[in-house]
Parts: sequence; C-alpha cells; structure tokens
Amino acid sequence: MANVLIVAEQFGGAVRKATLHAISAGREVARRTGGTLHLAVLGKGIGPVAEELSGYGAEVHAADAAVLEHPLAEAHAPVLVELARAVQASHVGAAATAFGKDLLPRVAALLEAGMATEVLGFGGEGAEVTFRRPMWAGNVLAEVALATPVKVFTVRATEFPAAAKEGKGAVTAAKVSVDAGALRTRYAGFKEVKSARPELTEARIVVAGGRGTKGDFKPVEALADELNAAVGASRAAVDAGWVPNDWQVGQTGKVVAPELYVAAGISGAIQHLAGMKGSKVIVAVNKDPDAPIFQLADYGLVADLFKALPELAEKLKKSR
Amino acid sequence: MPLKLLVTVKRVEDPESRIKAKPDGSGIVTDGVNYKMNPFDEIAVEEALRLKEKHGGEVVVASLGGAAAMTELRAALAMGADRGLLVRHDGALDPGIVSALLQALVAAERPDLVMLGKQAIDDDQNQAGQMLAARLGWPQATFASKKESLESEAEQKKQPGVAVAADGKRALVVREVDGGVETLEVALPAVVTVDLRLNKPRFASLPGIMKAKKKEVREIPAASLGVELAPSVVVRRLLDPPRRQAGVKVADVAELWTRLHAEAKVL
Repeated sequence: MANVLIVAEQFGGAVRKATLHAISAGREVARRTGGTLHLAVLGKGIGPVAEELSGYGAEVHAADAAVLEHPLAEAHAPVLVELARAVQASHVGAAATAFGKDLLPRVAALLEAGMATEVLGFGGEGAEVTFRRPMWAGNVLAEVALATPVKVFTVRATEFPAAAKEGKGAVTAAKVSVDAGALRTRYAGFKEVKSARPELTEARIVVAGGRGTKGDFKPVEALADELNAAVGASRAAVDAGWVPNDWQVGQTGKVVAPELYVAAGISGAIQHLAGMKGSKVIVAVNKDPDAPIFQLADYGLVADLFKALPELAEKLKKSR
Repeated sequence: MPLKLLVTVKRVEDPESRIKAKPDGSGIVTDGVNYKMNPFDEIAVEEALRLKEKHGGEVVVASLGGAAAMTELRAALAMGADRGLLVRHDGALDPGIVSALLQALVAAERPDLVMLGKQAIDDDQNQAGQMLAARLGWPQATFASKKESLESEAEQKKQPGVAVAADGKRALVVREVDGGVETLEVALPAVVTVDLRLNKPRFASLPGIMKAKKKEVREIPAASLGVELAPSVVVRRLLDPPRRQAGVKVADVAELWTRLHAEAKVL
C-alpha cells in the first residue's frame, strides 16, 4: 500500500497553521500514489485538536497520553513509527518547522527511510514521486529521489496552500506504548517570546532591518505596526544583540515568503537573500545605491531609512 | 567529571562563494569556489572546547569524506581539539550513511556527548544528528542555543551554553524552537546539534596551527566499518532557481507608495 501519513503539530490546544500547508502536500502525494491520506496528532488532552483535524477529510489518529504532553522526539518518534507501519504508509510528512525538523529525521531513521527536508514541490512520473528541495541556501534546487520503501519528508509551508476543510474523517485512538520511566529526555521549560505582531513565517507583510539601523529598530517596528506586519532582521542585527534571535531571516534563520518584504538597511548578503527571495514583492530601502539587495528588489529606494520609513508610515496613515 | 566529546566537522563550500548548477544539472560549478568548515560545525567544536575547559576530558573531531577534508580536521585541531578521525569515503554521502558511519565511530570511541552542527550548509538537510540519536537509542537535543545574547558577559568569558551536571550524567540544553526557547534535560550519553547563536567560535592561533600539525589524525576506510554505502537520497539533477525580474529604482517615498498601492496592489 502507498498511504500517506502527515504528522500534525499542535501547540496549546490549537493546530499550528503550518500543518494545514503540510496537509495540502500530503493530499498531493496521496493523489499521485493512489493512497489514502492519514493524519497523526500527538499530545495530552488533544481531543478537540483531533476533532478539528478530522474536518480535512482524512482519518485522524490521535495519540493522547501524558507521556506525549511535550514535543519530545524521543517519546513521539516510536509512536509515529508504530502508526506509520499500522496504516502502511509509504510516505510520512510534516511541515518543516522546528518541531518537524527535530522529529521526522528520528522517525525516518527508525523506519530505515530516506528523507527530504524542506520540500518545495513534487516531480517525477505517476506514482514515482520525486522531491524538489533547496540546497546551498536556495542557490540551487535539487530534484531528489528516495530509494527506500518508506519515504519521509518535511515541506516548506509557504510553498503549499493551506488546506481547506473537506469532508469528515474518523478519529481513532493511536497506540502509545512508550514508557515514561524509560525516557532519557525531560522537558524542563519553555519561554515564549511574546509578541502582539503576527508570526514571522506566517505574516502577509514583513518589515526587516539590518546593519543600517545602527541598532535603532524604532522606524522598522513603527512601519511594521502600521502595516500589521511581522518584524524581521538580518544576521548582522541579531548578532549585534539589537533584536531577538528569532527575528532572523536567512539561510540559518527563518525562511519567509510574504506578499511584501521590506528590507531596510539590509545590504543583501547571500545568507539573508536565501531566507526571503521567495517573497512576492520585495522593497529595498538603502543609502548605498550599490547594495546587492537592489539587484533583487522589485522596488528600490536609495534613501536614509530613518527618513523614508516614517514617511511611508505617514502615507499609509493618510490613505486610511 | 571529565567528558569525552565527539564532534563532527564537514567540509563545505564557503557560504560567501557563488554557487550555481552546471548546465547539465549533474553538479555545481566548482571553479572559483572556496571550501571551509561548515559554520554550524565550528560552533559545535567551540562548544566542545568550552565544555572540556570546564570539565576536563577530550575533544575528538571526526570528518567523513575525501582526503581534502583533512584541511577542515586540521582547522578544528588548530582551534584546540585533541585528535582527529577521518572516515575516508569518496562517493556520495547522505544523512543516513553519515549517521550509520558515526554510529560505528561512537561504538569505538564511547563518547559522553556527540555534537554536530544542526545542518550542513551544502545539502541543508538537518537530519544527521537526529538519525544518529535514533540509531543509538540516545536522547537528542537539537538546535542548541544560549539564553544570553552573543554580546553577553557569559559569552565574553567563553562559558558553555550546554550545561553539563558536575557528575557528568545529565545536560541542560536550551533550544531554539518556533515562538520561543525550550529547555530540555537529557541523560548522557546524548546527541546535541547546535544552532547559530550558541557561541562565537574562536580563531585558531598561530601556535595552535603549528601544534595541530603534530596532532594525531587516524584514517579509517568507510568500507571497513560494515555500513551499507549506497545512498538512499539520490540527487537526480540540480538546477538554478527561477530568476527574479529586474526591478526598478523609485525616486522617492511618494512614488514607492504609488507603485505598491496602484501597481503591485500589496498596500
């Protein structure tokens, strides 16, 4: 059989948005291989989440147990391995979030499966699915085949549409044979980086600042708030300690593809471009007319960001 | 308690080099491309050295690949690692094979901690550490980070971000995850993969470079480790990503606003 198992991610009793994009990818693979789509959700007290997921037209396997309360790969992986075997999955996938990237390779190794990370799309003929994925920070795209009976993948959420609800699937309880006492990983806490702004990877608009801000992100943040946008940053700004780590956009930070990306005071190092060049419209504001970011920007403005950004925010205010 | 630390070091294309696919899609153009240690691995080596400085012990660095990887091993030895292992394999490697070869090294070396970069910046797979932990049945702590910023006093004093208990039985690892930072306690032995902001790697000193030349590096043929060496991740072809249309320079904020509003219709 060639069924597809998509691992859903839930946090605080809600389905993570990235999962809906992974469901779209799973539907596509199931359609190609002629298999059935299954969803897995793991956690503690996840009944409502499983119920919500069942609206996406697939059978939902809910592994509900105290030992799965926190997303520990050591505890979650064996449950998924058992489930993948039970539903005869030929493909196991998830969104390429921190959760998916931590967990799926462990699952792949236990299933003796080859794996493709951060898949952008599928290729190949008929049921033989190949995976299109970025290498060298997106400077090269690779078409990859997996030569193992079971194939594991994570998908870049921004490359797939969010799945719409369709039909009603059954919710069944998945087997959990993990002994809490034998676990050698203990969850010791989580510190949320609180923000009233939209999540960086999910925002429609991102305003990002770099070295050119000289550490003063006020104009960047003010414009972002005017646009209801997320705030991003270059590695230089993060390394300087000006802004939190998880604002970093780039090869080693977050990959975003919003409708509008405003890069202010960012020169456009290869490392940074790798994280944002999939954006629909790119605007660059930079004092240096030779900054590499201008080669990529749809609209470039050679100007001081401390003047241009407030002026743009003012225009927006007036247009309302 | 002294710690035995095994750290992996991969030879990769320098991230500042321009990488493009060959026209026939069989590989990348290597003319004019420089090579260096994977940046995440440099951070792993640095962290291992700091742990050794705090707890005592030994830092063993391992690389898998061709003879050229000796350069990156020597670079890690010049930073201060004690000895090297070069698993010689000239064919293609994927994270599955890498994790199997590392499993064999772990069986021989019996380290307390294996530290890897969270991903190699050439294949960008982010898999080998997790796969190794699965094979060994060890706990994993991926994307290890630091509570403090890289400008902090702790960083100036080169304190390790991974906190190993005095008895060497457990480690607390702060991880970068979506929406915040998570802390895990793992029982040792364990696998840790490191993220960008765990530390600032040191530069090798001249005496360090001289000393590194005399340090032991043992070559081990990959074929001698009893690992299936046929990759299960097969790259069919490489291609350049779609090019963006050249954009326009606007005269002022008024024009930028008009273009975004009336032309691109994103505002």
